[in-house]
Amino acid sequence: MATAKAMQQPFSLRFASASFLTLWCLIAAFPIVWIAVMSFKSPVDAFSANPLNVVFGPATRADGNGLSLLDIAVGLAVLVGAGRIAFTQLPRWVARFTPKGLIVVGWLVGAGAFAAAFLLVFFGLLPPVLAVLNSIAGPLGTPIIGLTAEHYYAVWVENQFWRNFQNSLIVTAGVVTVSLTVGTLAGYGLARSGSNLAFWILIVALVFRALPHSVLVAGYLPVFINSAEILRPILGENAPTLYGQPLAVIAVLVAINQPFTIWMLRSFFQNIPNELDEAARVDGCTHFQAFRWVIMPVMWPGVITTGLFSFLLAYNDLLVTSLLLDAQNQTMVPAIAGYFNRETTTTDQVEAVAAAVSITAPLFLLVMVFQRQIVSGLTAGAVKG
Amino acid sequence: MKFRTFAWFVGPSVLMMLLFIAFPLVSVFLQSFQVTQPVVETVEVETCTPGFVGQTCVTETKTTPVLDANGNPVTTTEWVGLLSYTRLLQFDQVGAAIASGAFSSILAIDFWKALRFTLTFTLVTLPLVIGLGLAIALAVNNAARSVRGQIIFVSLLPFIITPVIGALSIRWLFYGDGIVTALLEDMLATDISVAANGWAIEFLMMFYRVWHVAPFAFVIFYAGLQTVNQDTLESAIIDGASRFERLRFVVVPHLMPLIIFVALIHLMDAYRAFEEVVGFSSQAHRITLQWLTYDLLTPDDAGNRAISRASASAMLTMIGIVILLIPLLRRTWRDHKGSAR
Repeated sequence: MATAKAMQQPFSLRFASASFLTLWCLIAAFPIVWIAVMSFKSPVDAFSANPLNVVFGPATRADGNGLSLLDIAVGLAVLVGAGRIAFTQLPRWVARFTPKGLIVVGWLVGAGAFAAAFLLVFFGLLPPVLAVLNSIAGPLGTPIIGLTAEHYYAVWVENQFWRNFQNSLIVTAGVVTVSLTVGTLAGYGLARSGSNLAFWILIVALVFRALPHSVLVAGYLPVFINSAEILRPILGENAPTLYGQPLAVIAVLVAINQPFTIWMLRSFFQNIPNELDEAARVDGCTHFQAFRWVIMPVMWPGVITTGLFSFLLAYNDLLVTSLLLDAQNQTMVPAIAGYFNRETTTTDQVEAVAAAVSITAPLFLLVMVFQRQIVSGLTAGAVKG
Repeated sequence: MKFRTFAWFVGPSVLMMLLFIAFPLVSVFLQSFQVTQPVVETVEVETCTPGFVGQTCVTETKTTPVLDANGNPVTTTEWVGLLSYTRLLQFDQVGAAIASGAFSSILAIDFWKALRFTLTFTLVTLPLVIGLGLAIALAVNNAARSVRGQIIFVSLLPFIITPVIGALSIRWLFYGDGIVTALLEDMLATDISVAANGWAIEFLMMFYRVWHVAPFAFVIFYAGLQTVNQDTLESAIIDGASRFERLRFVVVPHLMPLIIFVALIHLMDAYRAFEEVVGFSSQAHRITLQWLTYDLLTPDDAGNRAISRASASAMLTMIGIVILLIPLLRRTWRDHKGSAR
C-alpha cells in the first residue's frame, strides 16, 4: 500500500493539527463554561481578577456555602447515573408505555417526568442527606469549593424570571408548531412541482430571508399599535391591540422563519423518491392522502431537524420580541437585556450571569440530544445546493 | 401536480409571507416618505396673579397639542418626500466636512458611522470565518474517529448559544476587571480599559462574530471533505503534489461551492448584525445599521418613536442587502435557465 504510506502524515503535522484542535475547543467552550462557574459564586469571587479565586470561591466558602469532596463525588455520581438512565432506560420506557402514533407526546411526557424526578432527587433529596453525611465524614466533609445557588433563587423566584420563561415557552411552542404545519405543506408542494411559479416563490423567499428584521418590524409597529382602531370597522368593539400580544409575535416570527423553513423542508422532501407518492396515487390516494399517510411517516427526521432550527430562531430572537412585546409579556432574552442595562451593583451583575446561564442550559441539553439532527440540518441546505 | 392542488399546499405559507413580509415592506416604503406628527395650535393664555394694587396679568402664547373628543392627540400624516432620508444622511454636513477636509467628522453622523462599522465588520470577519472554519474542518478530519463526536459537540456550542448571551459571555471576560483583561494587565504591566476604547470594542465584536459563525462554516466544510474524490487525491500524490498543493488544487476547488455558500450566508447575517451592539453595550462607540433602525424604533424619553426616520434607515439598509444579493440572484437565474433548456 504505497499510497496509504504516502497519505500518512508526519508527526509534526499531526501534532500541530491536534494542538490546534485543542486550542479551538478551549476557545469555543471557555466563555460558556466560565459564565456557568461565575454564576455559582458570591459577587466578590465571581468578579475577582484572579481566576483561581473564581474557581474555588474563598469568599463564597467563607459565607458558609461550599461543597466538600464527598458532595462533589456523590453529586457527580448522581449526574452520571441520571445521564445513563436518560440515554438508555428512558427511550425503552417511552417505547413501552406509549401507544403507537403518539410517540411525540410520549417523549414530551417522559422527558418532563424525568426532569421533574431528577430535580426532586438532586435539589430536594441530596442536600439534607449530604448535610448529615458531611457532619460525620470528617476531613472529607469539609468544604473545599465555594458554591451557592442564591443568585438563581434571586433571579427565578424574587425577580420572577419564571414568567419570562413561561412567555418564552408559549412563543417558541407556537412558532415551532405553526411554522412546521405551514412549512411542511409548502415544502412538499414546492418539492413536487417543477413549475416556474414554484421557482419564483423560492427565489422571493430567498430575498426575504436576507431582509434585516428591523425593516419588517418598522412596518409592523405603527399597524400593531393602532390595530384596535384599524380593525374596529371589521371586528367591532372587541378589536384587539396587537402590540404586546404573544400571538402577534408568534405570527411575525413564523412569517420571518417561513423562507428558511420551506427551503430546508423542500430539500428534505426532494430526497424522498417521487415513486413513493406515485405508487400511492395509483392506489387511489389523493395528493393530500398521499402526503399524510405515505410521505409524512418517512419525513419525521426532516421535520424534527427543521423544527429544531425554528425553535432556535424563536428562542434566540431579541429584536422582534423586544420591540413588539410589552414588559408583562416579555420573553427571556429581551428580559436579560434589561438586566445588564440596569446593572449597578456586582450582585445585580452576578444575577445577570445566572439569568444568562439559565437561558443557555436548555440549548446545551438540546445540542446534547439532537447533535446529529443539527449537523444534518446544517449540511442539508448546503451540500445539495 | 395540478395548479389547484399546488395552491392548496403552498397557499398558507405564501399568505403568511405576503401578510407579514411583503405588506410591511410596502408600508415601510410608504412610511419613509411620510411624517406623522401631532397637530399643534398656538393659544394665547392670560395668567393672572393677585398683586398689591390690582391683578398682574401676563399674556403668553403657548403651543398645545389639539385633542379630539376622546382626549387623544390628533395627528396628521403628510407627504414630505425625501425629508427623512436627508435628515438621516445629512448631506449638507457631509459636504461641509469634505470641503473642509475633516473627513473624520463625517463619522460623527449616526448613519455614516453605522455604515462604516457594518461594512468593516462584514468584510473583516468574512475571510476569518472561512479560514478558521476550513482549518477546524481539516484538523477534525485528521483527528481520531473516537473523539470527533465530542469535538463537534463542543464546536456547536458557540453556534447554538443565544447571540446576546454569547456576546455577554465574552464581554464578562474582558470588561472591567475581567480575568483576560487582568491577565493582560499583569503581562504588560499597564492599565487596560476595554470598555472605554472604541477599537478594542470593535475587535471584541469581530472576535465574537468569528467565534459564533466559524462552527457553522466548519460543519459544512467538514461534510464537504467527506466527499472529496480519493482517486483524484491519489493521482495528485503520484504526480508529486505536495501536501499544500493537494490542498490548494484538489480540496479547495472541491469545496468551492460550499465556500461560496458560507460566504453568502455570512455576508447576509453579518450585514444585519445587531446583537453585538446590545451585548457589548457599544452604542457610544460602534453601532450597526440594523441597530440604528432599532434605536429609532424604540420610544425616546417622551415616548415618541421616530417611525419615519426608522423607515428611511430601514430602506437604506435594504438597498445594501439587495446589492449584496445581486450576484447570487444572477447565478441562480442562470442555473434555472440552464436547467430549463
